[in-house]
Amino acid sequence: MTTNDVLIKVDNLHKSFGEVEVLKGINAEIHKGDVIVVIGASGSGKSTFLRCLNKLEEPTGGKIFFEGTDITDPHININLHRRKMGMVFQQFNLFPHMTVLKNMILGPTKLLKKSKEEAEREAMKLLERVGLSEKANAYPNQLSGGQKQRVAIVRALCMNPDVLLFDEPTSALDPEMVGEVLDVMKQLAKEGMTMVVVTHEMGFAREVATNVVFIDEGKIVEQGEPEEFFTNPKNPRLKDFLSKVL
Amino acid sequence: MGEFFQGIADSFTKTFITEDRWLQLLKGLGVTLEITFFALLLGVAIGFLVAIIRSTHDMNLSNRKCHVFGDYVLKVINAICNLYITVIRGTPVVIQLMIMYYIIFSSSREGIIAAVLSFGINSGAYVAEIVRSGIMSIDRGQFEASRSLGFNYTSTMIHIIIPQAFKNVLPALGNEFIVLLKETSVAGYVALQDLTYIGNLIRSRTYEAFFPLITVAVIYLVIVLIISFFLKKLERRLRNSDH
Repeated sequence: MTTNDVLIKVDNLHKSFGEVEVLKGINAEIHKGDVIVVIGASGSGKSTFLRCLNKLEEPTGGKIFFEGTDITDPHININLHRRKMGMVFQQFNLFPHMTVLKNMILGPTKLLKKSKEEAEREAMKLLERVGLSEKANAYPNQLSGGQKQRVAIVRALCMNPDVLLFDEPTSALDPEMVGEVLDVMKQLAKEGMTMVVVTHEMGFAREVATNVVFIDEGKIVEQGEPEEFFTNPKNPRLKDFLSKVL
Repeated sequence: MGEFFQGIADSFTKTFITEDRWLQLLKGLGVTLEITFFALLLGVAIGFLVAIIRSTHDMNLSNRKCHVFGDYVLKVINAICNLYITVIRGTPVVIQLMIMYYIIFSSSREGIIAAVLSFGINSGAYVAEIVRSGIMSIDRGQFEASRSLGFNYTSTMIHIIIPQAFKNVLPALGNEFIVLLKETSVAGYVALQDLTYIGNLIRSRTYEAFFPLITVAVIYLVIVLIISFFLKKLERRLRNSDH
């Protein structure tokens, strides 16, 4: 791979909350088309790592390059870069005072200055793809958890992002709804969307990931292609972790 | 028995008909509504502004040190807002009104303007705390979702946070409006002829207490009922998304 393909480069990333150091020097390269699955025990720093990538958490040290720009530089306008980094949250975070369609076209119309008609046309196409076109005029509170998360994914897609960040997207779902959300994510991966996914879904990691990353106590202790990663783990902490979750 | 009814009829006539006193009451009501309306606008404007400043400070600076110049500016403005709320909530509105009229407006004696300003500034302090509680009650995830789409802080406030906060605090805001309406009844202290003042004036002229005072009370009550009716309607409309 050439360096041109590097979408996100993380260089010695540190993050502390007060006295507590959560990330202790993370290095990573994410290429176009990669599906990086980040796993780790709770409190290991994996969500913090993800949230640093679009600066929802302000890194306390190190650099993050997104499409060649150092987004830890305080002089850049982070809002412009966030448009190209979609994010999907554990708690969905749909805007409850707007219909599904309004949720989706808010960004495109206000930020990308698309016309309402164009934004709605694109949104409807995406809704159709995830099988929710009949919910366009429903309010989020009228949807099931799985439906909410699918809407959250297409809301992020409406901005035409270059990368999607998933923060435990299935952890708040009832078990029978996990599948429908993972299916959408698998579909996206197949279409070449670059994704960084923090999850406990090992099956998803195995099937879809191009690279699996294990974070423990604020550091990446092991990473590799899923086949090797799951069948032949080397780090004892990873072995211990996998024995508990598999 | 006939004497009794004759007495009532006499009091009624004295209270309402003689010297066109019903017209005075109506004018008094006009003054009350005028002061309330403009004070309400002023109070809401001040309240939202102060609430946004205070919650911006609380969300961004309460647990970290100042980094850039803007942080220090925000800290100072926030301190001023705190002082404002403390002073206004800590002193009686009548005193504030008299200070406004007899000290600040001492040369012009613009009664209505003084009243609108002091009731508006007073109400603003309460509205500010109500709205701030509404803003702080919105889940942080809403904020993060909006920022992650690329909205800046201000747009996030305008499109995502304030509409939800407003819906949540509408009952409390409605209550504050009702309180404001009734608080204007002390406007007589600065020689304004509001509804209460006129009622009391008629009482002292006619030596009839019953009709003037009960009438004034009923008028306030009816206005409050009308306000409540429209607030309930608005609440119901905003609740559309909660099915």
